[in-house]
Amino acid sequence: MSDGTGALTVTTPTDREIVMTRAFDAPRRTVFDAFTRPELLKRWFGARGWNLVVCEIDLRVGGTWRFVSQGPDGGDMGHGGVYRVIVPPSRLVYTESFDDQWYPGESLVTYDFAELNGVTTLTSTVLYESKEARDTALRSPMERGVAEGYDRLTALLHSC
Amino acid sequence: MSPDLLDATFTALADPTRRAILARLASGEATVTELAAPFDMSQPAISKHLKVLERAGLISRGRDAQRRPCRLEARPLKTATDWLENYRAYWEDGYRRLDELLAELGAEDERRGDPPSGARS
Repeated sequence: MSDGTGALTVTTPTDREIVMTRAFDAPRRTVFDAFTRPELLKRWFGARGWNLVVCEIDLRVGGTWRFVSQGPDGGDMGHGGVYRVIVPPSRLVYTESFDDQWYPGESLVTYDFAELNGVTTLTSTVLYESKEARDTALRSPMERGVAEGYDRLTALLHSC
Repeated sequence: MSPDLLDATFTALADPTRRAILARLASGEATVTELAAPFDMSQPAISKHLKVLERAGLISRGRDAQRRPCRLEARPLKTATDWLENYRAYWEDGYRRLDELLAELGAEDERRGDPPSGARS
């Protein structure tokens, strides 16, 4: 793998946004496919221990998408939204909200795919309805991790 | 750390000038005059940024009435960066799997198209 790929940076340039940048050692056409084709998304999307079990995509402006992921304890997490902008292979914009919505309002997710010398730099921007929603979302992976830890601890205590 | 203070931290960090001020203070304390020097900004403008940073608990000001040197306070910064780091780690797992998938797809493309060197058996 070339230098410069692999490092994921997260910044909060405004009160309502989270921006992530990551380089991939592949042309952007391929990376764009990996974000828009269900059979490919199912092979990578999600956090550790989570598998994408439902992936429905109607890839046209105004079309809907719906993902359901199954967690390590069998719990489901569903989310979905509507495609707003589709410009293969450079730009993808959609709305997103979760079944079990834990921050107020839906968010707007923008992916920009920029290619240089066969390396694609992906910039993903999530715009939330409010600063409170953004901060809640930013905090949540950690809280989820803590919750999972407590679940395991509870299970362990019950087995003693 | 209270959510309010954390909000103040993120607001403070959202500005490039304030981030540059923090970067400067990471190498040692400095006065307002010293901090203003590299920027094309008046001292009052810099003082305004310093107030935002101070309210967020990111810097403290010395007691010396003349100089009032600014120094970096690391703890709120660490809480904020811990958040970002957790968020980053959450996504990084998926992106690592994507790296593997892209490598595989690249190899398939080569097989289908014109293999560059015949290195592949």
